Amino acid sequence: MTKVLDVKDLHVSFNTFNGEVQAVRGVTFDVTKGETVAIVGESGCGKSVTSQTIMRLIPNPPGFIKEGQIVFEGQDLAQYSEKQMEKVRGNDIAMIFQDPMTSLNPTMTVGRQITEGLIQHQNMSKQEAHEKAIEMLRLVGIPSPESRIKQYPHQFSGGMRQRAMIAIALACQPKLLIADEPTTALDVTIQAQIIDLMKDLQNKIDTSIILITHDLGVVADIADRVVVMYAGKVIETGKLDEIFYQPKHPYTWGLLASMPRLDQDDNTELLPIPGSPPNLLNPPPGCPFAARCPHAMKVCTEQMPETTEVSTTHQVACWLDHPLAPDVKPPAGAVRGE
Amino acid sequence: MASKENVILEVKDLKKHFHIGKQVVQAVDGVTFDVIRGETLGLVGESGCGKSTIGRTLIRLYEATSGSVKFNDQDVYKLKGKGLNQFNQKMQMIFQDPYASLNPRMKVLDIIAEGIDIHGLAKGEERRRRVVELLEVVGLNAEHADRFAHEFSGGQRQRIGIARALALEPDFIIADEPISALDVSIQAQVVNLMKKLQKERGLTYLFIAHDLSMVKYISDRIGVMYLGNLVELSDSDSLYDEPLHPYTQALLSAVPVPDPEVSRTRERIILEGDVPSPINPPSGCRFRTRCPHVMDICAQEVPEWKEARPKHWVACHLYNEDK
Repeated sequence: MTKVLDVKDLHVSFNTFNGEVQAVRGVTFDVTKGETVAIVGESGCGKSVTSQTIMRLIPNPPGFIKEGQIVFEGQDLAQYSEKQMEKVRGNDIAMIFQDPMTSLNPTMTVGRQITEGLIQHQNMSKQEAHEKAIEMLRLVGIPSPESRIKQYPHQFSGGMRQRAMIAIALACQPKLLIADEPTTALDVTIQAQIIDLMKDLQNKIDTSIILITHDLGVVADIADRVVVMYAGKVIETGKLDEIFYQPKHPYTWGLLASMPRLDQDDNTELLPIPGSPPNLLNPPPGCPFAARCPHAMKVCTEQMPETTEVSTTHQVACWLDHPLAPDVKPPAGAVRGE
Repeated sequence: MASKENVILEVKDLKKHFHIGKQVVQAVDGVTFDVIRGETLGLVGESGCGKSTIGRTLIRLYEATSGSVKFNDQDVYKLKGKGLNQFNQKMQMIFQDPYASLNPRMKVLDIIAEGIDIHGLAKGEERRRRVVELLEVVGLNAEHADRFAHEFSGGQRQRIGIARALALEPDFIIADEPISALDVSIQAQVVNLMKKLQKERGLTYLFIAHDLSMVKYISDRIGVMYLGNLVELSDSDSLYDEPLHPYTQALLSAVPVPDPEVSRTRERIILEGDVPSPINPPSGCRFRTRCPHVMDICAQEVPEWKEARPKHWVACHLYNEDK
């Protein structure tokens, strides 16, 4: 399997009046061709900053890449100039944003927003781009695209706007699609439509997808692999089933156990994770989850654990995985299928 | 339904229409239900279905267009003077956005004590003692009283919102999407707190949300809304085990389940299209434009709100021949 994207030890920080906020602190993951990788975590864990850094959308100043590489098809995007990035954005890597209400341009017709990229990147004539735009709108399931293409975003409903966003993102057949919370702003019945559409389109054009989300339900539906982030670090990665059926990190357990489930007769109490995430202005020296972790040991507060391999596809950064650590079982409700 | 004295809130044919220029938005259009003392009634539906409007109309933030609401056997819309004062203490609300619903210029002490001040229940040391006690009940502490809202995280702010709602010792709390602005791990904290308070103080909740799994977890009974109408109402287990209305069936099947094996095997009903506009809703059954089981009669007649199974109410023509 060929790697489309290889992020190596990425550090991203922001300079603020209070000091340097270390939003991303050493993130490593890769994406192979045609697969969907989900990055999950709570607000402020650095998942969106990671994805925006891949697209180099972080404004500098205040944000900057402190260390690390973003290797896309053999080239390090972290070293690219703004001019070089313009050729990549929208062409090789495209992005779908969370809020379709605010991320479309209200002063341009939907058609123009689709053809913009085609004319810029693919050297199409206006006429060709127009035809391609109609084809894209039809592909994402917008009825009567010939008339819809002349309309403005405010004439579209929320679900239709997200479809239009997907049409814009996929128009140039990107090799990598980054979807940042693509369904969070949508209602469940519309969310189901959009997830189905994304799966369907992925089969058709064989794009790799990075899906950023906090909803483990969506992850279970669409992802092949999962990257769990906490306080700017990757704490666990693995195949979908490994994360849901053999989770190793107490934070992953906490996430799974704090979600209620529709298909279960639950008189069992939800197990919340106590406390809240650390402030990244001054992150703790050890494991960032130690302060909220029920199994924290002395070493956890002093030293960040190494990433160890559970299997060739499953890695975890936790001291509990150390051979000298006590044997701890995940809480009831954390492991699926039991 | 349940015996009369156990009903704390009785809503009959409630309507709330908004006038926008010459157009009329029928946000809530004829909703009837009871809330039983001590229970949690969940209200679910997609954006624009009118669930928040119901909450706000019940507590008189909006004037109802028509219909009646009885709280402890008193008509809410006819209350005046002392009766209204009493009502305002006994019914309280928790809002969705803990960032927007706390005044940034007020100290937490004054935010929580606002109701106490308005109703003149305590002053000075006693006032402060009550606030500190409330802070402790919701898992904060005395030193938080002199801070401002911006110094707290989302979960903590929602706790302040809950403390404010509890300050007047209400019987009934309307919680309008109280957890949807919070992170997953924090949501469980707040929901568990609400459950604990209910047990200790015998509160009744109207829990408005769009997250069906969380609503199932907290509610005894659930009402499902679509475009200003209540389409189904039953206790939560039978709603999830045997949903009757096609909309409820689609809604339940669309909720993502955080279990890959279940996701791969279960069947989903994917609805076509979007929710129509409440300015000009479809004739007859409002769901007919998206319904997979639509019949001729659906366009002509509004389906009757009836008890199709014991304690399981539904408004759908599919259940007309039953019984």
